[in-house]
Amino acid sequence: MSEGKDRGGFYDTGWQPAGDVHRDEDGRPHDHPGLQEDVVLGVRASRALAMHELLVEKDVIGGHEVDDAIELWSTRVPSNGATLVAKAWSDPEFKARLLEHPKETVVESGFVPEHNADIIVLENTSTVQHMVVCTLCSCYPTALLGPPPDWYKSFSYRSRAVTEPRAVMSEFGLELEEDVEVRVVDSNSELRFLVLPRRPAGTEGWSEERLAALVTRDSMIGVSAPLSPDAVQN
Amino acid sequence: MPAVHDRGGWPTDEPIDRQEHEWADWERQTQSLRTVLDQKGIMNVDELRRGIESIDPGEYVSTTYFERWSASIEMNLVEKGVLTTEEIDERAAALRDRWGNPE
Amino acid sequence: MPELLFSPGDRVLVRDETPPHHHRTPWYVKARRGIVLEFIGMYLDSETRAHGGSGLPELPMYRVEFDQTELWPEYAESPSDKLWVDLYEHWLERA
Repeated sequence: MSEGKDRGGFYDTGWQPAGDVHRDEDGRPHDHPGLQEDVVLGVRASRALAMHELLVEKDVIGGHEVDDAIELWSTRVPSNGATLVAKAWSDPEFKARLLEHPKETVVESGFVPEHNADIIVLENTSTVQHMVVCTLCSCYPTALLGPPPDWYKSFSYRSRAVTEPRAVMSEFGLELEEDVEVRVVDSNSELRFLVLPRRPAGTEGWSEERLAALVTRDSMIGVSAPLSPDAVQN
Repeated sequence: MPAVHDRGGWPTDEPIDRQEHEWADWERQTQSLRTVLDQKGIMNVDELRRGIESIDPGEYVSTTYFERWSASIEMNLVEKGVLTTEEIDERAAALRDRWGNPE
Repeated sequence: MPELLFSPGDRVLVRDETPPHHHRTPWYVKARRGIVLEFIGMYLDSETRAHGGSGLPELPMYRVEFDQTELWPEYAESPSDKLWVDLYEHWLERA
């Protein structure tokens, strides 16, 4: 019978993802590897952990496979998308390729979409602002933005993004002109959508690295604008 | 009324709660378990979604995102004969005992 | 590549059906009229794949644009606002 603490794999890889598995100062996993202090291991949580253990014991999956997937997930972060946006802002040829052949360009840039999903890049302009939602579940460009935030998966966002997108944007601090068309994209298929926000004014001559720091995750979902130059310390 | 998962335009004026919870380790494991099951051809995303959609509506609205994933993964694995409900029951109970949080 | 039923610019009506199986057509576009923006490709059938099928043969999918005022009788924001959804051909009829 395997013990969560003693079996190889997840807790013994020595691999330490940022903020992922909870470990003590010496790197050893907490006594309660499945949960933080004060968190009760609920029924569904315990069943999920049980399934993982059983699947490994029965050789349905390998002992390191979930570890490896966790490590892959740690590479899916919003700075991936921000890098692409900053490059698109800086290089018109790259931007054209990103809009015309998004999947190829994303893959060439080193980012592999989850389950080989197609990527579409939605360009915001002076007349169109895009906003992405998945009303049915939580579909999201995870390769470029990491896992979706809780609010994206919430009932309130899934409901209101389609009926009152501007009110939602307003909550995120974005107020649009009346003559800007708001285009809500309900991500209900195998395609995943990344918003290419507008380049902020006052950034002429900025390096891609500096530009990328302005590109927030939320601006690539479309609920808010990127940071302005004065919002960032130089 | 639409199915419980079909949430576009449901009546609500709830503001968006932008606070993001800290992930529990089991949630991270479950996210990755799904990835592995998909890669190995055991359960695809469409099956995951169907499982989530068939959760009892009362449970759907009162559980967390990854609790719903856990329910769907279980439904799929049991339906496919990969695991049995009984062995999951037994192991889950043992885990809860071990961590001192019996329910 | 099979013959496509719709072209960009076609006005379409989304079928008002609620099949018992998994489907990804949101309730709020059913029985609503929109415009085909483009054919986006052939995709595995998620409706059969969700129930243990292979998802073959692949089916044509289109991006359809709706006026928000068409979808929501009480839409209070700009009348020029739009909503996009990707739909399998079998969910669409000529309008």
